[in-house]
Order: sequence, then C-alpha cells, then structure tokens
Amino acid sequence: MTEWFDFLVTPFHYDYMLRAIWVSAWIGGVCGLLSAFVTLKGWSLMGDALSHAVVPGVALAYILGLPFALGAFVAGLLAAGTMAFIKAKTRIREDATIGIVFTAYFALGLLLISLFPARVDLKVILLGNILGISDPDIRQVLIISLITMVVLALKWKDLMLFCFDPGQARAIGLPAGGLQVLLLSLLSAMAVAALQAVGACLVVAMLVTPGATAYLLTDRFGKMLWLSAIIGVITSLAGAYASYFFNGATGGCIVTLQTLVFLAAFLFAPKHGMIASRRRIRCAATPSQS
Amino acid sequence: MISNATPSAPFPRLDVEGVSVAYANGHLALHDTSFQLQGGTICALVGVNGSGKSTLFKSIMGFVKPEAGKVKINGLPIRDVLKQHLVAYVPQAEEVDWQFPVSVWDVAMMGRYGSMNFLRIPRAQDKAKVEESLRRVSMWEFKDRQIGELSGGQKKRVFLARALAQEGRVILLDEPFTGVDVKTEEAIIALLRDLRREGCIILVSTHNLGSVPEFCDQVVLINRTVLAYGPTSEVFTEQNLAAAFGGVLRQFHFEQSTIQEHDGRKIRILTDDERPLIFGKDGHLEYKDRGEHEELLKKRSEEHD
Repeated sequence: MTEWFDFLVTPFHYDYMLRAIWVSAWIGGVCGLLSAFVTLKGWSLMGDALSHAVVPGVALAYILGLPFALGAFVAGLLAAGTMAFIKAKTRIREDATIGIVFTAYFALGLLLISLFPARVDLKVILLGNILGISDPDIRQVLIISLITMVVLALKWKDLMLFCFDPGQARAIGLPAGGLQVLLLSLLSAMAVAALQAVGACLVVAMLVTPGATAYLLTDRFGKMLWLSAIIGVITSLAGAYASYFFNGATGGCIVTLQTLVFLAAFLFAPKHGMIASRRRIRCAATPSQS
Repeated sequence: MISNATPSAPFPRLDVEGVSVAYANGHLALHDTSFQLQGGTICALVGVNGSGKSTLFKSIMGFVKPEAGKVKINGLPIRDVLKQHLVAYVPQAEEVDWQFPVSVWDVAMMGRYGSMNFLRIPRAQDKAKVEESLRRVSMWEFKDRQIGELSGGQKKRVFLARALAQEGRVILLDEPFTGVDVKTEEAIIALLRDLRREGCIILVSTHNLGSVPEFCDQVVLINRTVLAYGPTSEVFTEQNLAAAFGGVLRQFHFEQSTIQEHDGRKIRILTDDERPLIFGKDGHLEYKDRGEHEELLKKRSEEHD
C-alpha cells in the first residue's frame, strides 16, 4: 500500500516536475477559457494556423537572444494580417488562404531552425518541453497568460457579443474590428504559451478541445467559460503529472486526456450527448402513453 | 402590450444622401441612392434580390463605407450615431447562430451593452428594461430558454425585444416575416405601429409585397438605386413595381375585397412570394378586406362617376 503511495507521489519529489505540473495547469486553464471563444467563433482552424505560424518568430527570437514570446507574438499577428490581406484582396477562399499562409510561415520557421541548429531545438518547438522549461521562459508564459486572463475577465461579455453577433456589437457602438484584433492577439499569445507546454503540433487541442467539450455540456456561455477552464486545468495538471511515468511526452499526455474527456462528453452529455439524443429520438418515435 | 410612449425622446431623422457602394470586384451595389425619412414612420424597403437592400442596410449601420455620399441620422455622421446606440437592427434568421449558448434573456440584454459600464454589469434599470421589452413581445415566460429551442416566430420576437431594450430610434428589420406564423406577423405589425406612434423610424426590408400596404405608410423602391420613394399610396403603383421587379403581371378574377363593380371585378396581381399584391383596373392598390377603407372606396366610386 505505502509502496504504491510512494510510487504515486514520486513526481512531487522533483522540483522540475512540480514546476511542470503547475505551469501546465495554469496554461491549460487560460487556454481553456480562450477555447470557449475559439470554438464558438469557428476559429479552430485559425488557432491551428497561428500555432504553426508563430514558429519562425520563436526561432528568430532564440537566434537573436530576444524573449521568445515577443518574436512569436509578432509572427502570429503578421500571419493573421497576411491572411486577412489575402482574403480581402483575392477571390481565394478562407480555408485555402489559411492553408497557404500558415504553411509558408511554418516552412520559414523550419528553414531558420535548420540554419541555426545550435540555438534552437526543433523537437522542443514541435513537441514542447515543459519538463525542461527555463525560469525566464516560465516568467514569459506566466505574464502572457496572466494578461490574457485579465483581459478575458474584463471583456468577456464584449467578446461574447462579438462572437455571437458582430453586427449588433457594431450597431451599439462597440469597436468590432478592435474586438477581432483583440481576440486574435489573445489567440496568438496563448498559442505561444501553450507551445511551451505541448509543442506547436498540439497547441490547437489546448485551444479547442476544452471549449468544444464544455459546449456539449451546457447551454449558457458563462457556465461554458468556467467549465472549459476547469477542464483545461485538470487535464493539463493530470497530463503533466502522468507524463512523469511516460517519460516526458507531456503534450501527448495532456491532449490524450483532453480527448478522453471530450469523448466522455460526446457520449454521455446530459442533453447534447450522443446517448441522450438517441434516447430523445426513440422517445419521439414511440407514441407517448398519456 | 404595454405602451410606453416617451414624448421627450426627439423624433429622429434619417438622411441617405447620394450613397454609392462598390463591391470588392468593382461593381456598384448601390449608385447615387438618396432618400430621407422623418420619425414616426414605417417604411418598406422593397426590391428584388440583389437590388442592394442589405447593402443599404449595411451603409445605414456604418458597416460599409460608401464610395460617395453619406448617411446621416439627426444630421450626425453614422459613426457618432452608433455611439449613442440609436440604430437597432433585427437580423434575418439565417444570420444568427441559433446553437450559440445564450438564453432569451442574454440576447435581450445584449441590447443594453451600449449603455452599460466598461464591464457590462447590468444595473437594475437595465434588468427592468429587458424585462419590459421581453414582456412587450410576450417572450418573458421563455426568458431562460436557449435561443435554438424557440419557434420561428419566437426567435424573431427575441431579436425585436433586443431592439426594444436598446431603445433604438431607428430600427432596421431584415425580412421580419420570413418563417413567421400569421399570428406572430400580426403581433409584430402591431408592435411596429406602436413604435411608429412613439416616433421611431422603422425601415423594413421585405419582398413580401402583399403585406406592405397593410402596415407601411412609406415605401422606398430600390434596384441598385432609389427608383421611387414616398407615401405607399403614391409609390406602390403597378408601374413602379413593374419597373422594380420586371414582374410578370397576371389577371385574376375576385369576388371579395375592395374590388368594385366599376372595376369590372378585374384585378392584377404582382407576386414573388406567398402574399400577392393586388391592383385594380386603373392600377390603384386593392386591399384584401373592405374594413377601414370606406373613404377610399367612396373616393374611387366618385372618381369613376
């Protein structure tokens, strides 16, 4: 019994594990909050694109010795701007635009990394390295997610209205364009933070899955917000913890957990789950007794 | 329905002055469009699909920037007017994400955001206004429903409640009667009449021609520009509508309605929707029942004699 207990608490004996666990939980929570907006706005593809488009920025920042967050953030916004520009100026559809732009940025990033292999590690960028995260990097991640959380706490109603009905937002004098830029900036910022935890390949899961799961569980936006944040915190915390036993694949652990939680909601959600809707259809098909 | 006319609120004025709007491909969606409306009117915006109705709406709401001309409300440019949240918009059903996790109450409350503080925390007066608005459209009992769980008519009424909660003085409605049952249609029309009495400018985009003479006192006919505008009885003529629609006119024989003996009981019908628009012999408007139209019938009889 005690052997088991000792085995289970071993991750907590290591400083780097404790750090990884709480930093992941923190990132997961804020990403979870943001994911509620991303899923409802239909920006999942945008989240994926931005998480890849920040790579050249991260690479360049490391090469030049600048804060990685700065480079990533600039690259993310540049990519979003490029997409908006191409969409406005040509007849190419949005999905094709996103496909072209993010791969272009990502390719540039790979090129930069292969040119300076000593300064940046491709594996770290693609898969994340929360177990080996340095103190300055932790500081950047914390600052980014703290700002994001404060902005969301203050402006969530405006952003909700922007996601639901940008026309109404504009009609009552809210800056709809500004809100769009704000949401894109937050998305870029959190893509950068999540990059540290799970790597560029899996960032989109952090920015979509908790929100999508919460969406299946509730019909109220406020509830959806805190549900997705809680799902983000718990899966990231547990994922980082579990990664000790799987020897380092933190991103894989976190995202697998998120997927499992999503699947559970997909099947068992009280109203929007598959089983519930099956039952509803069956009830509707059989004439009622009364 | 509660009538809460606020005589203190000034009657608005809408000026559309030579507005031209171009699409991204360079084609003109609207060309030199001009008309003006005073408070206390229900005005129909009538035209075929692609005639620029929604572009005109977008310019009035400041969503698109005209290449030439300008839209003014109370003499102010639209940018300033939006900050006073004077313009309320009731969108078409297709424009709304009905699966969005918001309740009827939440949507009506969105009408208040413009007048709330930075954090959008509703005050007592905001809640009171939302309740009043929801009661006015008979949606108070449904306040906790998710919006996707409503019928077509109820969905429309929620967004009307939002416009009421916003206390907009210029209210734009885009195809308000599509997918709406007859009872709701009548309730909406009654509500719009109340708002007219309170001095609002109500601009209704519709291709349901038959209902226009019933509740609109003015009409703007457009096809990429204003073809005609003014009082319904003057503008809603067979000639104008034929020009606007290039419509095929068919002749029908009717026994009821305002059609009279001297018309030879013959009328003409113009329709591109479920409710036809009916014209009498000299191209004057026919109404579907005689009630409230004795004056008109007498006048026409006299003219005939």
